[in-house]
Order: sequence, then structure tokens, then C-alpha cells
Amino acid sequence: MAWRDSRRNYSRLLLFISSIVLGIAALVAIYSLGYNLQENIDGQAAELLGADLELSDNTPPTPKIAALIDSLGGQQSEERSFASMIYFPKNAGTRLAQVRALEGDFPYYGQLETTPATAAKSFRNQKAALVDQTLMLQYQAQVGDSIKVGEVTFLIAGILTKAPGQTGIAATVAPSVYIPLSYLTQTGLAQKGSRIVYRYYFKFVPKTNIEQLVKKIEPTLEAEDYNFRTVESQKQDTGRTFRDLTRFLSLVGFIALLLGCVGVASAIHIYIREKISSIAILRCLGVKASQAFLIYLIQISGLGLLGSLLGASLGAIIQQFLPAVLQDFLPFELETSLSWVSIGQGILLGVIISNLFALLSLISIRTISPLNVLRESFENVTLSRDPLKWVIYALILLFVFGFTWLQMKKWTDALAFTVGVTFAFLLLTAMATVLMWAVRRFFPSAWGYLARQGLANLYRPNNQTIILVVSIGLGTMFICTLIFIQTILLDRIKLSTDGDQPNMVLFDIQSPQKTAVTALLKQQRLSVLQSVPIVTMRLEQLNGQTSTEALKDTTTRRWRGLFSREYRVTFRDSLISSEKIVKGKWIGEVKDFGGVVPISIEDGYAERNVINIGDTLTFNVQGTILTTVVASYRDIDWGGVQTNFLVLFPKGVLEEAPQFHVLLTHVPNNEVSARFQQTVVQQFPNVSMVDLGLILTVLDEISTKISFVIRFMAGFSILTGLIVLIASVLISKYQRIRESILLRTLGASRRQILVITALEYFFLGTLAASTGILLAVAGSWALARFSFETPFNPQFLPILIVFLVVTSITVIIGIVNSWGILSRSPLEVLRQDG
Amino acid sequence: MANILQLQQVSKVYRSGNRDLKVLDEVNFSVETGSILSIVGPSGSGKTTLLGLCAGLDRASSGSVELNGIRLNNLNEDQLADVRNRYVGFIFQNFQLLPTLTALENVMVPLELRGEKNVKNRALDLLDKVGLADRGHHYPTQLSGGEQQRVSLARAFSNQPQILFADEPTGNLDAETSEKVEKLLFDLNKEAGTTLVLVTHNLELAAKTQRIVRIKGGKVVSDVVVS
Repeated sequence: MAWRDSRRNYSRLLLFISSIVLGIAALVAIYSLGYNLQENIDGQAAELLGADLELSDNTPPTPKIAALIDSLGGQQSEERSFASMIYFPKNAGTRLAQVRALEGDFPYYGQLETTPATAAKSFRNQKAALVDQTLMLQYQAQVGDSIKVGEVTFLIAGILTKAPGQTGIAATVAPSVYIPLSYLTQTGLAQKGSRIVYRYYFKFVPKTNIEQLVKKIEPTLEAEDYNFRTVESQKQDTGRTFRDLTRFLSLVGFIALLLGCVGVASAIHIYIREKISSIAILRCLGVKASQAFLIYLIQISGLGLLGSLLGASLGAIIQQFLPAVLQDFLPFELETSLSWVSIGQGILLGVIISNLFALLSLISIRTISPLNVLRESFENVTLSRDPLKWVIYALILLFVFGFTWLQMKKWTDALAFTVGVTFAFLLLTAMATVLMWAVRRFFPSAWGYLARQGLANLYRPNNQTIILVVSIGLGTMFICTLIFIQTILLDRIKLSTDGDQPNMVLFDIQSPQKTAVTALLKQQRLSVLQSVPIVTMRLEQLNGQTSTEALKDTTTRRWRGLFSREYRVTFRDSLISSEKIVKGKWIGEVKDFGGVVPISIEDGYAERNVINIGDTLTFNVQGTILTTVVASYRDIDWGGVQTNFLVLFPKGVLEEAPQFHVLLTHVPNNEVSARFQQTVVQQFPNVSMVDLGLILTVLDEISTKISFVIRFMAGFSILTGLIVLIASVLISKYQRIRESILLRTLGASRRQILVITALEYFFLGTLAASTGILLAVAGSWALARFSFETPFNPQFLPILIVFLVVTSITVIIGIVNSWGILSRSPLEVLRQDG
Repeated sequence: MANILQLQQVSKVYRSGNRDLKVLDEVNFSVETGSILSIVGPSGSGKTTLLGLCAGLDRASSGSVELNGIRLNNLNEDQLADVRNRYVGFIFQNFQLLPTLTALENVMVPLELRGEKNVKNRALDLLDKVGLADRGHHYPTQLSGGEQQRVSLARAFSNQPQILFADEPTGNLDAETSEKVEKLLFDLNKEAGTTLVLVTHNLELAAKTQRIVRIKGGKVVSDVVVS
């Protein structure tokens, strides 16, 4: 019976279910991506690290570590990496890059991919460099040109296209330049104060038990604060990172599915209303309420399965494209293969969720009386007092919670997501309802008939205005929020360097160079806005406890890096504009140094590491032990071009300690910046510079790449909204035909019907887009005000474009789908009567 | 008196599967301006098809239909719509009001489609004539069947048609309401001097018209002037 009843409605029923196809497709694609990522990480973990073992730290190896390295044997490579200015003599281009000085045959697994391929090996034996392709492109350099790193000019042996473990994003932030380690000293860049990371790579004979080896050396490494990575740890770290990514993406996909399900629920509601007379006839013929319910449940379940199968197939196709979307974030080549587990999961999810949402309307079948045959009255079939409805709502919420919990594994997160999603849906519904109420309340009676009819159609019986506003509005909200946040971030940096604020930082200036660099600035008519001395030190003891003792103390959770990190500290007698004391007392000067030094630390850092006011911190300042006491906490605004410090010393203590300097200046334009950078690089190759232009460029590139991924995911939500739109237009076609034909009968021309239809979808698109934009504005304002603490100046042009695109697509879909109605003969209205 | 409607050798053939179905077979008749006529016949006899052709809702397969001197055969859909809007009024068995518009707005539609401004007062007058002046702001679902048909009557007369086609106008109403609606229909028609063509099963109603055209199997089998 379920089959027989569905035959004439088959295409329409299929449309209902098409709303969930995209959601299922998104989830299957993302699940498959997750499985593929895991498989690829497992398969390529060795290539990710490039070695069996890596030891690293930002200090040269201590004698104990040096001895350990010697004792480990196997094949060994050494790398020292640091940020430095590079210089292209051909066109005088300068740029901050990550210089990697390499010795040995690293990588042992995978390879440095270069053009020409031979360069990966040949550069090691000559005064030659491998330069990242982004740098080569930016400075239009060619293989065979020169590049100057510090005091040494290298021949560019090849273009670096891929290095082990490096992502496209990392290359954007800090493009790499590989040079042979043997030339590092000659470059003059390895000086005191330079932030060099020392890495040692090892390859052992096959079948060496690496984990056992690590266990053996771990105590020494820990005691000397040296880090290590193995293939296994790399596998876990990378796996964890990408699990987080796929979890996030699958939640976004799940939202698209939920949207689709709301569409299904709404469509089934209309379907059942239209079926009331058929159901009433069946009831008259002796069919029980439960049997009638089952007839339609079977129909919907069958279609849910079909929709899920379609979705899963589409998902399998989409997953082929996901690696292209994510390529900038992947440190390896992603090979895709079909994951049957993912497909199975997607189908199961689709069937369960489409049934749950359909049940909301299906249960009303139980209450349809055979009396409806005699007197059809929709009002008789009401759901609101059916307690079963609330049970189904509860089941849906439980299902959303359960699904999220399976993704996040933390019930608090799952609860937050469930509450958040429910709130977002309710908020959008409320917004849409308020907007619709406002339109109705202030209905423009003075408008022409066509416009009024178009607007009135939003309230037609069985309209799907709310669901469309929610689904299209949600997609619009995603995209607009993204644009706003991008703008807020970029504005924030621009704002912080308006006027005479610093927009260029010169760092790694050695003490003897300071006067000369200052003179050079003056010569270029640039002023020194800030001169900051920096002293490096390490923390030896906290309240008399060494690192081992302090970390063993299980009563407090402290970060391991508290002791292992190198502290870069400055000293001054006053606070700067980006910091303020939030607790304790700021002491700016120590007159008679000899005792305990009062210092100030950042409040967040103190909180994370459980450091209280009055705690004693003992520092090792390059051999000299210095005892300090925490006198105050500072709140620091890290935004903008500024030098800020976790630990701040008062004047009168560190003046004689070995130090280097950072200078801040303001360059008026790009031309002056480029000219100044060239001069500095030529005269002081060890001095690095960052200018606002570079920060903005990098930030812009990163945010564009991230927003592409988010837009791709938001696209599912918008597309689902559009499918719901198509489905709803087709579902209400019967009613539209009647109305349009009636208008034709009364003498409306084809153009008039077309205008009414276009206006209806224009109003719908406008309502949906403005709901999304309004919510995005409110959300972004809150983010700007409370999180970024910056004024919110939304850019109107991109928003206008989003608004126009969303509205146009809605209008086009509406008209295309209603096209058939325009060509129907008016006589049909009489046929329906006769 | 001149004829407002003239049918000559009108046939209508529908394609059903792979065979032709002749619904109307060489029908000839004419309607005098201002007269009241009814078309009666059993179900499937072709009366609705005939009404559709007369009102310019469909095109004849052969023969000619002339309405108010305009030959409908050669007009396109938009031209036909224009003819309907200028000269024709309709009343349907199922009322056919636009559910998204109030009673008043439904009455205003034909005038507004014509592009006329300030039509509210005229629509209110008509609603008053059908006894629904105070129900103008109600939507069709808030009205009874009889009230909906009265709104439909007001709408039919709103564009001051030359000819009014009524398809089973009381078919969905009880006897008492039917009587009221019939009276209103004839009264309004008399007042406006409109030609009225009624399609009905109801012989009692047909007897109230001046002329009865009986149709069977797609042919006019009798054409009687009621004395």
C-alpha cells in the first residue's frame, strides 16, 4: 500500500528527501577525508618527519646532549634554522625568511622536492641555496640567480616546492631558504641573541626499536630540556591536528544536514496535509490509525534510505575534491580512496535523522478521522497538543547531542554545541518571524497590486518562508561573519599603526651596532620611536624548586616550557601604552641593586603557570644567577606593532648584562620601506626587519586561505538552503498553478504573473539575506567589542555583493522552477471545478 | 439585438494517448447582448469545454469563436487574457478566491490587473451590494461558502464585464444559501445589464434563464427559449 500510494507522488517525494542529500554528502565526504587522512598519516609518517628521530632545542647542545648525539650512531644530519632577512641582488628585493642551514643527507624519508630535481642534493656541496617557490615568484628570481643571506651570496641552485612536514600555510608565513651548514658562520648570522633552533636528525638501521631507544634517552633529554620527535609521536601529533580539523568540518556538515532535515520536516508536513483526504478514505475503508501511520512511515523511510544513498554517492565524489580545498594545510600528498565505513555511517545517519524529523508530521496521521471524508477540515488535524510530538523533539535533541558527543568525545562540548545549534535555529526563526511580522504589520498598502501580491505570497498557506529564511539566512550569516572578522583583524592592525605609530620593527641589533643603525635611521629621516634592550635568560627555580621538582608537584599544573623556554626580557622604569598593571605594584627602578629584584609578569602567563604575587623566580642570566620576586601582573594588548614582554625588569639591574636591541620606527610608504630595508640588509646583514606591509600581506593570504575552506563548508549550508528552496517551490506548485491560472482567467498577462513570482522570490531572498546579515553584524559587533576590543566598522561593499548574489540566486531559482506554471492553460481551473 | 457571442462550426479535439477524443463536434450557436442563457447537459457532455472556448480560456480545434466582435481563434495567450479582463466576468463552483488576499482585495484584483488606480471605493460598493461591506478585511478561509461565493460575485462584476460566465455557481452551496446567491446573481446582472451564460446541472436554475441550450456528446441537441 505504501508503494501504491507513493507512485503518483514519487518525484515529489524524492524532492523532499533531496534536501538531506547534500548534508549526507558533506558528512560522507568529510568522514572519508578523515579516514584518508589517518591512512595517509600512518603511511607517510616517516616522510612527515623525514627521519627516525629528531632532537631539537633553541639552545646549542649542552656537553651531555652532545655526548648523547654522538653515542646514538646511525646516519645523522644537523640543521640550524632562524628568521633572517634575505636579499635578492638582481632586483634589490628583501624579505624576512626562515633560513635553514643543513648538513647531512636529511631527509632520509621523502625528499626535498626541487626544480630541477637534482638541486636537492647538489646545493649541499657548494655555495648554493634552495629557495622556496613563493619567494622565487615574489621576487621573480630564476635558478642561477644569486641570493644574499647575511654576509654570503649564494647561487640559487633550485626552487623548493616541498619539504618534509611543511604546509603551504607555513611557507606563506615563513618561506624557507636552505643553505649548507658549513657556510653559516661566514654569514655572520649566528651571533649571540640570534633565535636559532638546533635540530639533529637520525636514521637508524632497519628494525631498530626506536621507542625503546627513546625511553632510554628520555631522562637525559628531559633533564637538559631537549625536545624529541619520533615517527610515532609525529604520527600522533599530526593525527590529532587533523582529527580536530575533520571534527570541526563534520560539525559544519552536520549543520547543513540539520537544515536539510528541517526542510524535510516542513515538506512532509505539507505532503501529509495534502494526503488528509486519501488517509481519511483509507480510514473509512477500515484501515487502522496505526496502519495508516505505517503506510507513510514506510514511504518516508524508503525515501530516507534513497536520499542517504544518493548523498553518500555524491559525498564519495566530493571527497575527491577536498584535498584540493585543503592542500595548503596538508603537510603531505593526500591520496583518496573510498571509505566504506564512512559511507555506511552516512547512510545510517541519514536514515535515522530523516525519519526523526519526518515523524514530527507523520504522527499526525494517527489523529486523522474518517470524518474528514465528509467534511475536510485541516484545523481538525492539530499537532500542538500531541504529547508524542514533544517526545520526538526530545529524541531529536538527544540525537544531535549523541552525534556531537561521538565527534567531540566531551559531553560538555557536545552539550554546548547542541544548545548553540538549537539557539541559533531558534534565533534565526525568531528573527525571521519578527521580520515577517513587521512586513505584515507595516504592509505597504499603497504599493501596486503586483508588488503587494508578491509580498502577500510569503504568507500563502503552507508557505515555507520561515525554513527558507533560516536555511539561506544561516549560510549568509556564515559568509558575512567571515568577511567581518577578516575586516576586523586587518583593521585592527592598520589602526594600531595609524599616524606616527610604529610600523616597522628592526630586531637582532647587537649592542655595538646600535649607534650605527640609529644613525642610519636618522640619515633616512626616520625617527626611533622605541629602543628596546633585550636580555635573554632561563628560569632556574620557582619558589626554590628546580624544574624537575616543580613539574613533579601534582597539586599545580604547570607548563613544561616554563623552565625550558628562553626568556627574552627588557627593563625600563615605566609602562608603555599597551600594558597596564592589574594586580600588585609596579616598581620601575631599583636604586641599590644587591637583593631580590621586583619584576612584573603578564597576568595570563602567571595564571597558566600558577605564579602568584610574591613568588620567587630565580633566573640564570647567561651564567649569573638572579633572584627576583613577582611584584605585579600586567595585562598586555598583544595587537599592533609593539614589543611586549612576558617578564619585565625594573631599571637598574640588567644594564650591564649582554644584550641586543630592537628598534621601532615609522616608515611613511612602501618605497621608503623598501629602500631602507635594502640599505640595512647590505650594511647590517644580521639585523632583521618586519614591516606592517608584510604582516598585512601574510595575514591577508592566511585569512584568504582559511576563509576559502570555511566558505566551501558554508557553501553546503547555502546549497542546502537552495535545494530546500527548489523543493518548496515544486511542492507548492499545485497551489501556485491554481493561483496563477486563476489570475490568468481574470485577465493577468504572462508578464504580470512573472513579475509577481519574481517579486515573491525577491522578497524571500531579501528577507533571508538580511536576516543572515543582521545576525552577522550583531555577532561580529559583539566579537569586535568584547573579544577584539576594537571599534566595528563593517565594510558595506562585500556585504552588498553577498546580499545581491543571495537574492539573485533565490529569484532565479524561483522563476526557473515556476516557469512551467506560466504556460499552463487557464481552462484547468474549470476542469478542477467540473 | 446584436450578438455578443457567436460560435460557428466549433470543434474541440483532445489527444488522449494515441487516439483523438472529440469533445465538441461542430457546435453552432449565438448569444444576444444582454440575454441570459443556460447550458445544461450530463457530465462529460462538453459543457465546461464549451464555456472555456466561449470565454477565451482555450482555443477551438476548428471553427470560429467571436466575442464582442473579436475573433478569439487568432489571439495569443496575453491577448486572450486582455479580452477576458476587459469584457468577461467569471463565477466558479469552488469560488476560486485568492487565499492570500482579503475579500476586498479579491474584488479589487481584476481592476488592479488593468492598472486602474483608486479602485477601493468601487470594490467596497460591490461588497456592500452583496451584503459583505463589513467583511472586506477577512481572508477567504475566514468566510463561509456562501460568503465566499458572494465575494466571487462582487469580483465578477467589479470590472463591469460585457458577459458573465457562471460555472455551477450554486453547486457547492446548500439550498437556502443557493437561493440567496441566485437572487443576488440575477439582481446584479439585471442592474448591470450584463449578458449571462450559466453552465449548470440544476434544471430549476436553468429554468430561470431566458434560453436553455442542451448539449450531449459534444453536440447541441436542443436550444429552447423559455417562455
